Amino acid sequence: MTRVLIPSGALGLNYDTQALQRGIAAKPDIIAIDGGSTDSGPSYLGRGVSKYARASTKLEWAGLMAARAEAGVPLVIGTAGTCGTDSAVDWMLDITREIAAEQGRPLKIAVLRSSQDPDQIAQAFEGGDITPLANAPDVTSQIIRSCSNIVALAGAEQITAALETGADIIIAGRTTDTAIIAALPLMRGCHAGGAWHGAKIGECGALCATNPQSGVISIDFDATGFTVTPLAAGAHASPHTVSAHMLYENSDPFILYEPGGYLDVTGAEYAAVDGTSVRVEGSKWVASDRYTVKLEGARPVGCRTVVMALLRDPHYVANAQIWADDIVDKCSAKVIERMGLAAEDFTLELRLIGQSASFGTLETRAATPLEIGVIGIITAPDEAQASEIGKLLNPYLLHHPLTQEEEQPTFAFLFSPPEMHQGQVYEFALSHVLHLSDPMAAFELEVIDIA
Amino acid sequence: MPELRSLVTKLRSKNAGPFWLTIDIFCGSPEAYARVRDGLSTTRVAQVFDTDGQAIKRFDIEQLHVVKFSLPRPAVQGSVTDRDMHGASWAALLGDVEI
Repeated sequence: MTRVLIPSGALGLNYDTQALQRGIAAKPDIIAIDGGSTDSGPSYLGRGVSKYARASTKLEWAGLMAARAEAGVPLVIGTAGTCGTDSAVDWMLDITREIAAEQGRPLKIAVLRSSQDPDQIAQAFEGGDITPLANAPDVTSQIIRSCSNIVALAGAEQITAALETGADIIIAGRTTDTAIIAALPLMRGCHAGGAWHGAKIGECGALCATNPQSGVISIDFDATGFTVTPLAAGAHASPHTVSAHMLYENSDPFILYEPGGYLDVTGAEYAAVDGTSVRVEGSKWVASDRYTVKLEGARPVGCRTVVMALLRDPHYVANAQIWADDIVDKCSAKVIERMGLAAEDFTLELRLIGQSASFGTLETRAATPLEIGVIGIITAPDEAQASEIGKLLNPYLLHHPLTQEEEQPTFAFLFSPPEMHQGQVYEFALSHVLHLSDPMAAFELEVIDIA
Repeated sequence: MPELRSLVTKLRSKNAGPFWLTIDIFCGSPEAYARVRDGLSTTRVAQVFDTDGQAIKRFDIEQLHVVKFSLPRPAVQGSVTDRDMHGASWAALLGDVEI
């Protein structure tokens, strides 16, 4: 039996310290926590930074490092620093060194790096070693080379290699959410389908139970399946909450692709052990012929400035779309004329918050709201140009009349200056797999001893 | 005819990676499940999202009384035209559909 303690869905989201203590008292074999995902958008991968506050990350990681020392077992974080780039791994390593110095314990740290050289990935693409997944964007070697960061998602094989170093702490770059949980049970010969299925159930912490915000769960893996137990006071798992978690953020709730194969849970059976724990058996692991890892890449696509105004005059609220369309036409023409940009060099959009901002042309409901927030969203090749377009837009948002006949209106602005600069923006450029002859070929493993 | 949202206990949408959107309809009872399963065609869902029905994955999960749809995201997550970074709002559009 292999017991995995999972403190939370992600480091930075906090965890219940009493529940964690309960988990430590139950003698886990490993503590595993996820550090990120793509869910917050391409900017974190594009810039190679974490979305969570360093202060939260440090406090929570210090608690887990102390718990690890008490339990005397490995502590592993996957997708360190939200995006798992080498820069985010270094950020996490820096925090870890700081805490180690404060806690005064010698440590062996294994660092697994997942960043890829865009040139090498472009060459692999040209050589036919990269295959698109369903609904992947069209890419060229040039697009791949323009990525500021590309990471490969490590699976259980690479985490196993890190565990085999005997490290106390493993800081992993981008991994699949499940790999850090599945690796040790797989190493110890637990049921492969159960290992991957349990890992999927546990990757969001207590989201698979009632009181989902409570975070901490424990999963016991063995030769035939797994048993999941939420550890917060008053939290319960049921066959329904556990099986329903397979739906979450999954395009297919029965099949989950991982490096080296896929999990099939169509035959899984969920049974209540007592009022709190759930036992699962019958899931299957199907190994693939070729070993592949998924790639994620983000590339810069310009700089963004946003400007916001408020419409409260009922006449303008009622005619907001006409007003906004007219401004976009006139202002775009002015950008082309006065700045010498081509139409394809920039984007200028006005979204009507309170009317159609959520769904745009797909919106099916029409109602006249009391007020409408008008947000101008501008992207241009560089920050100075985005800022300049914001200034060209400014007079329209302040004074643009619906018709020449009406008196000049004035609309509400929130700030001075009204332009807000978001800097460089990024887009996801890859949803592809890379074929590898050796699972470690795209990853680097380094062991660091802290005395 | 009632709207979908009034028939079910929970309607949620979320990213399934940057390129896919997934919508889970928790019907809450065998009766509501049967009504949603039979009354909400994949073609209708494709119309709501102005997408190709062939691209939609559909799962009728009787055990959970859930109907689930996964479709290519209306805009790639975080792209210039994206309106919803986490894919959180899109289910509401389906909630308006009359069944």
